[in-house]
Amino acid sequence: MKLLNNHLGLLIALSVITLLAVWPLVTQKPADREVAFTILRAVALASSLNIILGYTGYVSFGHIVYFGIGGYVGFYLISQQGYSLYTAMLAGGFSAGLIAFLIGKAILRLRGAYFALATIGINQAILAFVANFDLFGGPIGMNINFQLYQDYGGAPKALQLAFYIMVGITFVTVLVSYAVRTSKFGLGLLAIREDEDAAEVMGVVAPNAKTWAYVLSAIFPGIIGTLFFFKNANIQPHDAFPLHTSIELLVMVMLGGYGTVLGPILGAAGYQRMRGLLLTSPFFKDIQLSVAGILLLVIILFIPAGIVGWIRNRFPKTRRVLQ
Amino acid sequence: MDFLLSSLSDGLLIGFIYGVAAMGLTLIFGVMDVINLAHGPIIALGMFGIYLTFNNIGLQPYIGLILVAAIGLLLGIIIYLIVVRRVLDAPHLSTLLATFSVNMIIIGLGTAYFSTAPYNVDFSLGRVSLGPITLLGTRVIGALAAILVTIGLYLFLYRTRPGRYIRAVANNRNAAELMGVPSNKILALSFGLGTMLAAFSGGLIATFFPFTILAGGSYELKSFVICVLGGMGNPIGALLGGLILGLIEGIIPTIMETTWVPVVEFALFVIILLVRPSGLLGAKK
Repeated sequence: MKLLNNHLGLLIALSVITLLAVWPLVTQKPADREVAFTILRAVALASSLNIILGYTGYVSFGHIVYFGIGGYVGFYLISQQGYSLYTAMLAGGFSAGLIAFLIGKAILRLRGAYFALATIGINQAILAFVANFDLFGGPIGMNINFQLYQDYGGAPKALQLAFYIMVGITFVTVLVSYAVRTSKFGLGLLAIREDEDAAEVMGVVAPNAKTWAYVLSAIFPGIIGTLFFFKNANIQPHDAFPLHTSIELLVMVMLGGYGTVLGPILGAAGYQRMRGLLLTSPFFKDIQLSVAGILLLVIILFIPAGIVGWIRNRFPKTRRVLQ
Repeated sequence: MDFLLSSLSDGLLIGFIYGVAAMGLTLIFGVMDVINLAHGPIIALGMFGIYLTFNNIGLQPYIGLILVAAIGLLLGIIIYLIVVRRVLDAPHLSTLLATFSVNMIIIGLGTAYFSTAPYNVDFSLGRVSLGPITLLGTRVIGALAAILVTIGLYLFLYRTRPGRYIRAVANNRNAAELMGVPSNKILALSFGLGTMLAAFSGGLIATFFPFTILAGGSYELKSFVICVLGGMGNPIGALLGGLILGLIEGIIPTIMETTWVPVVEFALFVIILLVRPSGLLGAKK
């Protein structure tokens, strides 16, 4: 019971994801499953981003780059080398982590706006490089032969499988996010966010802590990238490194409340739902981007702490529960 | 050799215009430490401003530019008063996202109105031949206009009272306020000048390149590269950075495929950020 009480925050987060996972199983509609997949993908990506953005305070504007790297590496292994999806996902996650380690070592020395600009530059540089890289198909990208899905019991089964894997990845991402948040390592990250120099004086080895936070926040996007493009059966440079999606992830984290475990989950689910509704509504579909922009503006101007942050500030008693 | 020469001079002429776009971004950063992510859409609005005045009113593009610049100034002041002013002292994430929300609003409305189809301004000034080099007249005039604007900006910043106020606020806002500088008005003016330069450069680009409502995005990214090259917050550095970028774009197609241009540009961008974040001419400090 004590265990339950101590980890109530995690339970709330996991039950939200369980709801998302069970919903398409109840309605049994493939369309609902796709919607749930998109939302879960956003939840997992936003939660990963939150580790470097929310906990450590480094604004990674081009975080989608790790989704693209993992996607390309995994897709190459599946489509050109004939590896299984599982091996490819591991390779995708590993390569994203490795590249994040190397890049992080270099750019995490930059602070504030310079770091944000560098991450944009890296995303664009890698996008432009991949578009010229013949091994990965250059500007045309690569395709999966549909025969390949036979190994997974045919295309419909493969889509179903991809959904289950996505649910699993989302659970693991949130667990990791929670573990980081409640660990001593996470405390060090939060200290860096508040004041990096003071944190170093207090004994946090900031360069290492930042690098590992960055690597950790890159691994899951890498794995998700492989899974997503496996399901997509096609990969192209501009689909793999969309700067716009990268900024949308920031919006999700902000919307839910940055630096909390639950925030990115609610933010991602809420944003995706809203976007879906706007896109399908006849009145808003042309200006859905503007409506989303106005909403973002209102949040930044009036509730900068996000939904979860606002509740935590407004009702201090909830702080124990809402992590 | 001839190809290299004409490619270089083309690159150089465009470089001046890139420089003006980047000057807007770097001015705003220098004065208020804000990276304006709505820069690209405003460049695009400048392009469509020329398109509308040329096609609908029949205004000569270079006269239309004056109108576009004035609207750019006004728009910037409005954006500052509604959005930027409230997040000025907030962390970087807030200013970035606040200006990005303006980006989304403009792009959203722009796409609804213009769709994402390409437009062009059907305007030509013939060609100018200088020995082996043939230049498009619109590009020569564009570069000249860019130089004039740079001189104008320099004179404004260093020879007028509001210009001196802007420099004072950029240097130390609190101290400037204590000296009686109306910092809020000056910040609004600086933001307006920044967006004015963006709209102006967009208008110039529209006279020789086709464009879509999303076209501003790539010029915004180029502006980032240029700002970092020249030093964030240093308007003269921005012009130099623009010329360097223009030269790179002129040289690379002669030695490898054009598609490698962005790879080189952004790799250079990241390297400069890492090795010399203050840029080639030194950032504002």
